[in-house]
Formats: sequence, C-alpha cells, structure tokens
Amino acid sequence: MDGDIRHNSYDDGSEDMLAGEQSIRNFNINFGPQHPAAHGVLRMVLELDGEIVERADPHIGLLHRGTEKLMESRTYLQNTPYFDRLDYVAPMNQEHAWCLAIEKLTGTAVPRRASLIRVLFSEIGRILNHLLNVTTQAMDVGALTPPLWGFEEREKLMIFYERACGARLHANYFRPGGVHQDLPPDLIDDIEIWAKAFPQVLDDIEGLLTENRIFKQRNADICIITEAEIEKWGYSGVMVRGSGLAWDLRRAQPYECYDEFDFKIAIGKNGDCYDRYLVRMAEMRESTNIILQACAKLRAPDGQGDILSRGKLAPPKRAEMKTSMEALIHHFKLYTEGFKVPAGEVYAAVEAPKGEFGVYLVADGTNKPYRAKIRAPGYAHLQSIDAVAKGHQLADVSAIIGTMDVVFGEIDR
Amino acid sequence: MSEKLQDLAAHVAQKRPAEVISAEVVQGELTVIVRPEGIVGFVQFLRDDAACRFTTLVDLTAVDWPERAERFEMVWHFLSMWKNQRIRVKAALPEDVMCPSIVDVYPAANWFEREVFDMFGILFSGHPDLRRLLTDYGFRGHPLRKDFPTTGYLELRYDEVQKRVVYEPVKLAQEYRQFDFLSPWEGAQSVLPGDEKRS
Repeated sequence: MDGDIRHNSYDDGSEDMLAGEQSIRNFNINFGPQHPAAHGVLRMVLELDGEIVERADPHIGLLHRGTEKLMESRTYLQNTPYFDRLDYVAPMNQEHAWCLAIEKLTGTAVPRRASLIRVLFSEIGRILNHLLNVTTQAMDVGALTPPLWGFEEREKLMIFYERACGARLHANYFRPGGVHQDLPPDLIDDIEIWAKAFPQVLDDIEGLLTENRIFKQRNADICIITEAEIEKWGYSGVMVRGSGLAWDLRRAQPYECYDEFDFKIAIGKNGDCYDRYLVRMAEMRESTNIILQACAKLRAPDGQGDILSRGKLAPPKRAEMKTSMEALIHHFKLYTEGFKVPAGEVYAAVEAPKGEFGVYLVADGTNKPYRAKIRAPGYAHLQSIDAVAKGHQLADVSAIIGTMDVVFGEIDR
Repeated sequence: MSEKLQDLAAHVAQKRPAEVISAEVVQGELTVIVRPEGIVGFVQFLRDDAACRFTTLVDLTAVDWPERAERFEMVWHFLSMWKNQRIRVKAALPEDVMCPSIVDVYPAANWFEREVFDMFGILFSGHPDLRRLLTDYGFRGHPLRKDFPTTGYLELRYDEVQKRVVYEPVKLAQEYRQFDFLSPWEGAQSVLPGDEKRS
C-alpha cells in the first residue's frame, strides 16, 4: 500500500538495503519572531510531522506596550494617539472607536461635515489596510511585484493623511466631537482624482494575482472557514464575509453616517484564503466608491459647517481665543486638565478593516478612563490558528497568517 | 431598538432567575448582572436560546475595584449576528475566588481568559491552558491591578560586559508624575466664613 516501506529489486540483481525500523520524532520549529511572513513579532512554536503542521502554539506579547495600563493614567484626549499605534496599518479607524465611545457616554452629537470626513478617512484607512494585506500576503506566497505596486498607492494615501492632519501615520485626527481640522478644498479634489484613477491600479494588481496559477494554488482551498468556526472563534470582518455571511457593522449596526452611503457588501463563497483575497479586492472597490460619494457630499451645501461640536469636549476657535478670556481659559483647561466624562460604561465598535474593533470604556466621572479594554479583531483570529492550521503544510502557515490579517500592534496592545 | 432590548432583558431575567441578579438597558446597551458561579450555564443559555442566539463572544475582560468587597468585576460581551443584538454580562468576583471558565461553550474565550489571568491574576477553573499570554516570560505580578505601578518593578537592558540581557529594578531619573486633577473647589459643600446667613 502507499506509504508502506517498499523493498525493490533491480535488473542487475541488487536489492534495496534493509534498514532497521526508524522511529521519527515530530519536529518542533520556531516560526518567528523575526520571520518576514510572521507579519510582525509573532513567535509560533510549530510541531511538524514531516511537512504537516500538527500543533501551532503562538507566543504573543513581544510588542506588548501596556496600552491599557497607560491609558488609565492619561486624560481622554491624551489617549487618542495610543489608538494610532494599535493597528498602525489603518490608524484612523481605531481612533474612531475611541471617539465613538466617548461621544456615546457624553451624549455628543458630531457635526455632519465632521461625520463625512470621518467616513472618508475610515475608507482611506480600509484601502490602506487591504492594500498592505493583499500584497504582502501575495509576497508570502511568492509574488514580489504586488507589494511594490501596492505600496506606491499607500504612499499616495499617506500623503492625504499628512495633508489632513500633519502626520503620515500617527494621525491623532479624529477627536471626541468631530475631527481636529477641516480639509482644504484642494485636498478633497486631489482625493477625488486619486479615487477615480485607483480602480485602474486595482485592475493591474488583479491582473497579477487573480488568475495567477501559483497564487491560486497557494490560496485556494487553504484555511477553509465554516460557519461553525466563525461562531466558535468569534471571527469578524473579512474572515466572516469570506465564508458567505454578509455581516458588516457598517450595514448591520450603522454608526457615523454610513446609512446614507450606497455601497455593497462583498462576500465569498468557499471561505478559503483565495475568497478572502477576492473579498478584500472587492471591498477596496466599494471603499473607493464611498470615498467618491463622501467627496461629493463634502462639497454639497449641507456638507459645509463646523467640524467640531464646540463645547466642553472641543477647543474653541482660534479667532475666538484672541478676544475672549473664557475661550482662552477653556483652551488651557482642555489641554491640561482635559474634559470629564460622566460615570458609566459603554462598548463602541467599528468595522475596522480587519474586523470588529471595539472599545469597552468604564468611566468614573473624572478626566481619565477608569478602565479601557481594547477589543482587537486580530486577537480573536490569531488564537484560532492552532485549530485552522492543523493538517496544513508548513508553507501554508504563512498564507494563513497573511489571510488572518494580523498586526501585532493591536494584538499585543 | 431599545424596546427590543427591554423585552430581551425581561426574557433573560424570567428564564434564568437562578443566575440573573439584574438586567437593565442603559445608553442603549443591555447589561445583565449574574452570579459568577452560574456563568457557564447562563452563557450556554444565551448561545442556544432561540430569542438570544448570542453565538459570538466579542470580548471578555475584568475591571479592578480595590475598594469594593468583591474586588473584581468580570465583563463578558456577546454578539448575535442572527438577531443583530449585543449583550453585556457582568459578575462581581472576590479576590480569592476562581471564576468558572467558559472555554467549553465559547472556545474563543481561551486567550481572553489567559489575558485576564495574566493582567489581573484571576484564576479560571476548567481552563485547559492557563499560562501568561502578553507579559514577558517569567514576569511577576498582574499589571492591570490598580495597585501595580505603571512603571512596573523591573527594567531590562543589554549588558555590554556580560553580553546578555539583564533585569534590574526600575531606576527613574525623575519620579513618575501622576497629577491630581480633581479640583477641591468643584462641588464643594463647605460654607465659607461670612456666607452662613445666605444659606
């Protein structure tokens, strides 16, 4: 039978030499923490039977910075930049959850223009994330060109970040009650020009990958996620949609002003790595669509106005501070003491590019959060790797890590 | 939305009177306070009951309240993709009591419970693999407890002489500053001298 030890004889009369029974021990290897396909500092102890993964034990925490502990001794405003450093691939989406939590507790209404800007930059963040994920996942399975093309577009998007808030990565742009600054009109124009040209780039990247034989062989039928597994492991985002469940918080539990945007939710069919790649590509097209709509809405008359709900949470206008003593005092107090949030607890979640990113905030009525728990989507995804990688080839592990879209900033916190 | 949650709160309280202490909707979020002993049966009910179907464990964490008699507060968040609803389950837990693990019902709780053990020192009975998760190998203490200093106790550096990483007690060039922002004037109840007549 196949797999039995064969004993061959040959034409010249010789025979295979008989060796005694060999007992082969399973092999343990360390995957990472410096492996390029580990997408960061993941140390994973893999137990291998030949090339088949028997057990995967991820050791995380190598990038643990104690964000939740640090947050307890800083004011609400000072905490916003920590959220940029969680999932550093799409920083503003994280800030969004934090701002939503504070706004929910304080009962602040966000002005419409700020809301539109938030949607615009959340979708830019989604494209930033998916571009990085799709192209580096392709690199993990052997393609080198997609990341070069993808990063060129990411660079352009980061310039939009920079023009909006002054920072390429750690934006600190979304603030409780709105956004920090208004967008200059020419930035909206440039974003629109970019969004009109971007589908062409997506076509190019798809031309490299979608029908690529190697890419398909490495991704199709790898890491198939069933409905039962989604529930078992608390999956969210593309991991859910890749298996055919149309679950998207933007649609199911609309926040901000997503309910007035027209977009489709892409779903996969087979729930394998390849379908998730297709879902991400389709989501980028939908995001481009939303960006175009947001640009149009920002130019419309009802999209004009202030970008912060002026009150206790937001600083006064610069001009006001030149003449009003109260405004000056308020500005000083806001940036030193911060604002107070009424006691209570709240859970706010956004559909971050990787899945459901949530913040559980416990406030005790002071100017600092009593406890803030960050719920990162990648955390739930990565813990299931032992279950989903079992039985796959060693080479598939890097494809699986790529498709789970893990970033250690948010997993280790 | 809120009426739906009110109905759900009444439903949960009525079906599981043994575990539920209270169920209320605050800020559009349903919070159910339960007894920690019965949590496994309760979450199983939440998962399987036709009106609940909270099949996804979203989050599991704890909050430290050192001044309370029951020091920790366990918090579970669940989501139902089928009914499009969320629920928060809370339970007060004294410091020396173990919390029943819900890994058997929700495998996703595995890392979340490991993290709570790591950060708060809460032990979970029935957890298959309760190791530290986020902190360093050989770490001591539980960082998210309120009595753990933000600076920690140990710092590490690479020692040029010994050619290895060494751990040392934390030495700060400047004391770690924690500002007290609570104004003594706000909401003061005291009567200033001379103001007695006005009140």
